[in-house]
Amino acid sequence: MPDFDLVKDGARQITICNACRYCEGYCAVFPAIEQRRFFTKADLTYLANLCFDCRDCYYACQYAPPHEFGVNIPKLMSELRTDTYREFTWPALLSGLFKHNALAVAVITAAAMIITLGLVLAFQGLPVLFGVHLGEGAFYRVVPFIAMTVPPSLIALYGLAVFVIGALRFWRETQGSVVELMNFAALWRASKDAFGLAYMKGGGAGCTYPGESFSNSRMWFHHLVFFGFLLDLVATTIAAFYDHFLGWQAPYPYFSLPVVFGTVGGIMLVVGTVGLLYLKWRSDRNPAHASMFSMDVAFLLSLFLTSFTGLLLLAFRETTAMGTLLVIHLGVVAGLFITMPYGKFAHVVYRYAALVRFSIEQRRVEGNG
Amino acid sequence: MADHRRPYDVLIIGGGNAALCAAITAGRAGARVLVLESATKDFRGGNSRHTRDIRYMHRAATEFVTAAYGEEEFWQDLLGVTGGATDERLARLVIRESETLGDWMASSGVHWQKPLRGTLHLSRSNLFMLGGGKAMINAYYDTAAKLGVEIHYETEVQELNLRDGEFVSAVAVRDGAGRAIEAKTIVVASGGFEANIPWLKEYWGEAAENFIIRGTKNNQGVLLKELLKHGARPEGDPRGCHAVALDARAPKFDGGIVTRLDSVPFGIVVNKEVKRFYDEGEDFWPKRYAIWGKLIAEQPEQIAYSIVDSNALPRFMPSVFPPLEAGSIAELATALEIDSRALVAVVDEFNRSVRAGEFDPGSLDDCHTEGLTPPKSHWAKAIDSPPYYGYPLRPGITFTYLGVAVDEQARVIMQNDTPAKNIFAAGEMMAGNILGRGYLAGFGLTIGSVFGRIAGREAARHAGF
Repeated sequence: MPDFDLVKDGARQITICNACRYCEGYCAVFPAIEQRRFFTKADLTYLANLCFDCRDCYYACQYAPPHEFGVNIPKLMSELRTDTYREFTWPALLSGLFKHNALAVAVITAAAMIITLGLVLAFQGLPVLFGVHLGEGAFYRVVPFIAMTVPPSLIALYGLAVFVIGALRFWRETQGSVVELMNFAALWRASKDAFGLAYMKGGGAGCTYPGESFSNSRMWFHHLVFFGFLLDLVATTIAAFYDHFLGWQAPYPYFSLPVVFGTVGGIMLVVGTVGLLYLKWRSDRNPAHASMFSMDVAFLLSLFLTSFTGLLLLAFRETTAMGTLLVIHLGVVAGLFITMPYGKFAHVVYRYAALVRFSIEQRRVEGNG
Repeated sequence: MADHRRPYDVLIIGGGNAALCAAITAGRAGARVLVLESATKDFRGGNSRHTRDIRYMHRAATEFVTAAYGEEEFWQDLLGVTGGATDERLARLVIRESETLGDWMASSGVHWQKPLRGTLHLSRSNLFMLGGGKAMINAYYDTAAKLGVEIHYETEVQELNLRDGEFVSAVAVRDGAGRAIEAKTIVVASGGFEANIPWLKEYWGEAAENFIIRGTKNNQGVLLKELLKHGARPEGDPRGCHAVALDARAPKFDGGIVTRLDSVPFGIVVNKEVKRFYDEGEDFWPKRYAIWGKLIAEQPEQIAYSIVDSNALPRFMPSVFPPLEAGSIAELATALEIDSRALVAVVDEFNRSVRAGEFDPGSLDDCHTEGLTPPKSHWAKAIDSPPYYGYPLRPGITFTYLGVAVDEQARVIMQNDTPAKNIFAAGEMMAGNILGRGYLAGFGLTIGSVFGRIAGREAARHAGF
């Protein structure tokens, strides 16, 4: 829950934006501001999640610090977003994980890896871990089928449930109704904006990221991460289909669909996450809030390790290193998915919900809704 | 890149739009250029950082403007606002040269904004910079730096040394230490004197103490005074300044666009003595807002109060500070620290004299007062729906008109009517030649950009490029 001072100062800053409006061409946040005159906590929550953190408005702002008005919208929005993630998550008890996110992700991932290793050693033994396993079902000889399928499915379902709860809470907070959601034109526009990263284009100029010059590098790296992630999901789904319905067990040949999708997706993820981490390292810290910074880094590292260890596993799957790499990879994957509802991945849910709200609102303003 | 062993070809004083247009043009010509900006890097750009759009001539609609805006229409608009206080030769030069500005600015890193709701009333004649003036200025500094232009911040020029009417060197102070900088030519583009309160007092008396300066505190007019001292011919009304009604709670300097208030036509305005003093509904606000600065400057203690009710509040653009709010007129007066009985009486009298009509903010409607002095000619509606809102108002100075005379090559004209050989001026320094009175949205940037480019080109040419 954002504290009173943050909401008060946020409303003050946004009121300055509403009186100025010079930035209205950059993104959706400013046209949304113009639809309002007073700003409640719910309005700020909505606006914060509509912000893609391109930072164009910060460098363009004649009222940015050291001006006495001290307008710093990207920083304000990133702080409000971390509050959104904390406030709408479930159970409330775990919302603290957002607070020291980098530490939480590191500890959970390490724990997941140690537990996986412990279980393999306890039930399979050292020789299995360091053996060479070839042919169909090779991975299951190290980590049995049940262990490799049931816990991950439960973790994924749990994460999904947390996000559904979060999305519903967000929708209720911003005074949305379920009926409103049955607006397919609005959903279509929101999806287009989300998949195309429309508001990382800064109205045609690009992002002022990592520094004060315009660049599209952040958008392209983000595309690599996003679509790389989707390709890996596709690969996993095809593999599951092969396994459950056709009875073909992994490892699959190099030119099979799961491996091709997985490899391309993995390489995209590696390049994208390294790119984004590099940009983040170079980035101006003034228009960012520290809590969001640590969340970003933790999630990017987690994604990087997942894809990188996946590629290593592919490369060395026919050697004695396979067992160890599999354990490491599964541990990292488990860490990624366990922490997913309590980290930066949450932005996918709330940004999309905010984009839907925005497109519903804009259609109303334009008289089509 | 410029050769750092040779002396400067072009020295540019100032760091706003005109200065940077000159720097980029001279830099592209191959000259070694030094820009001296008195502000810190964060506050660079003078008043240009508060601008938003530029008026330019164009023969057809584009992605960014909705229809043609030709030379004759442009000229007539200028003639209208200045009432003839303009040099037609220079004015037409600016208008014609403005035609290439859109492409030139884009090639110098400026991005344009497509017409949106907020920009529609000017979207035929004016181009809107994406992100506004500071984004434009950032792009120019970036472009200039890539051309090898040197930029020194926090460097204030205090004196110019001339020999036989020719510029020799400028005395610049940085970190408390002064030094003379020599250059073959100089472009002076350091703005007006609107932030120099003692200078404003020469014309406005003690009232100037209560003026709010909308732009940079750096526009002290040091170079303007220096040029006049060396015999440059003054141009433009020395007393003239563009003054509007601002929220009295605005910062003394650099409040920019957000402190302006558009509430006046939707209510009444009283002074410290709780008397109305001018017809709030005389004409459309965009045509009247610039006289309200002067009107308030003439009131006791240079303060006034705009009073509206809850029906009126949504009718005008929100401003930076929330209005003072109260459940009754008497309480509102207390909040505004003015006499509450007097305000109740003024509002009652106003409400009684309002004649019902068809309210329409988009036209000069028939909602007016009868038997009231001064009258309210349009948009007069009874102030009777609580809560009531009040804004304190003060005069806010946008810019001053006094400058130096220039010719078509942007050369400064001296008292003997001959142009100085190597002294050029651009921007607010010389805008009074063309906009001697009045205001035309986005035209200050047009003059600054066109004359900035001319000054840069001519200075570089004089230096051998």
